Amino acid sequence: MFHNISIICRRELAGYFATPLAYVFIVIFLVLGGILTFFVGDFFERGQADLRPFFTFHPWLYLVLIPAVSMRLWAEERKGGTIELLLTLPVRLVEAVLGKFLAAWLFIGIALALTFPFWLTVLFLGDPDNGVIAASYLGSWLMAGAILALGAALSATTKNQIVAFIVTAALVFVLIAAGTPAVIGVFEGWAPAALIRAVTAASLFGHFTAITGGVLDLRDLIYFLSLIAAFLGANAVLVDLMKAA
Amino acid sequence: MLEIRNLAKRFGPLVAVDGVSFTVPRGEVLGFLGPNGAGKSTTMKMATGFLAPDAGTAVVCGHDIEREPLAAKRLFGYLPEGAPGYPDMTVAAFLRFVAEIRGFAGPEARRRIARIVELVHLGEVREQRIETLSKGFRRRVGVAQALIHDPPVVILDEPTDGLDPNQKHEMRGIIAAMQPDKAIVISTHLLEEVEAVCSRAIVIAGGRILADATPAELAARSRYHNAVRLTIAPQNETKIRAGLDQLDEVEAIEAARGDAGTVLTVIARDRAPLAAEIAELARAKRWKLDALSVERGRLDDAFRSITEPHPAPRAPWDIFNVTK
Repeated sequence: MFHNISIICRRELAGYFATPLAYVFIVIFLVLGGILTFFVGDFFERGQADLRPFFTFHPWLYLVLIPAVSMRLWAEERKGGTIELLLTLPVRLVEAVLGKFLAAWLFIGIALALTFPFWLTVLFLGDPDNGVIAASYLGSWLMAGAILALGAALSATTKNQIVAFIVTAALVFVLIAAGTPAVIGVFEGWAPAALIRAVTAASLFGHFTAITGGVLDLRDLIYFLSLIAAFLGANAVLVDLMKAA
Repeated sequence: MLEIRNLAKRFGPLVAVDGVSFTVPRGEVLGFLGPNGAGKSTTMKMATGFLAPDAGTAVVCGHDIEREPLAAKRLFGYLPEGAPGYPDMTVAAFLRFVAEIRGFAGPEARRRIARIVELVHLGEVREQRIETLSKGFRRRVGVAQALIHDPPVVILDEPTDGLDPNQKHEMRGIIAAMQPDKAIVISTHLLEEVEAVCSRAIVIAGGRILADATPAELAARSRYHNAVRLTIAPQNETKIRAGLDQLDEVEAIEAARGDAGTVLTVIARDRAPLAAEIAELARAKRWKLDALSVERGRLDDAFRSITEPHPAPRAPWDIFNVTK
């Protein structure tokens, strides 16, 4: 089981770095992250040694960048016909789903890890709470995983990567926006409190900001992990359903 | 070794495969023939566990593809339609990936890759990315990955499609060399291929098996079976045709005029032997014949007469004309 997952994962991961695409992605991720943090997030003007301005923008960064990674996961296999090759090798469908997902998640993890100069900067400038920063990195990676799993499932529904990208980005936008103050504000005052709580609870934004706020609550972890599991389950079902079309 | 039991598959209103059964023992090369859209690839996709059949199953060396998919998949090598490969990978990396999934590691994997690269002549493109390869090399990479674990059952969907005549010849040599200890199924729409490598041919159209015979038996179904070809001087054509028309056993005469003279193809009634009568007549009438030969039958003609009443079904997605 793990043997096959690791073989597929390694093949995929090597595939990312076989073309310049991976490097372009990482550079865009770092540059955009930097611009948002230092110019939009008022990193210096706040006068606080923490990475809050950096992490605040991660949901919006992921909204665009993660669908760009996930769109090819299955759409490319279907378009190129390699899905038939992969699924007639002695491999379980779950192993293929997990192997591909893990490779993409590790890739995002690498991109995220390369943001360490931001951390070095606050370390140099002041005395940050490293626990909060570590929790925020974990939360960011988990949120990336949830978006990635959703994108992987949607990528299985089409041979067209652009379609996969747009549909994923649209759904992720809904998932993020549902918990933002702007959307909550619309509901506040007239909608029942239970509805507002439900919308917030379903939103990536709410759970992510809870973690970056410095509280690593088990419920938030379970939220992200169960989203990943559910989307990957849907991914397997969709691959099985759509592979022949 | 490979047993196909009553496979059936529908895509919406389209019946793609409708109760196909056959068995391939060791030492047989089965040619799976049929017009485009006949259900060849769909049958192979079900036999290899890629598509779930609506009914029936395939059994590979005793392992049911539906109930024990992993055990069955270990025992066959499969070249899918179009010979897909990961475009970004080099040939060597791709073969290493397949070898690892097949359970070979370290020196054993290296030995097997070296052997297969040698066998299908991939040495010169080993370190090249698959997307940069010509169609012929791509096809050979597909065959290489199917044979890397030396499987007892080999299923190849159009193994020579897109190859030049030399490469085709070479691929047929590879298939023939494997024949003694494997059960091999190849799908093709090239009749010459069936004659060249297959010990048995199944003709499928409209999702059903229409014929299951040796290539020679199939050819015998052609109206040209036992036809006699006469090469004669053009000025004698009228005289000889008139003489042949007298014979009861002659059903029709086709003439082709070329540089070497006129070739008359005398088609026998009910495909009965005709050569002796014609030879006797020629001697009696003192015709001058440059050549006389008996036809075994034409596979393409047999194929057409078997499959003609079964036009290729329109696939439902054809109307969108996007995915194909």
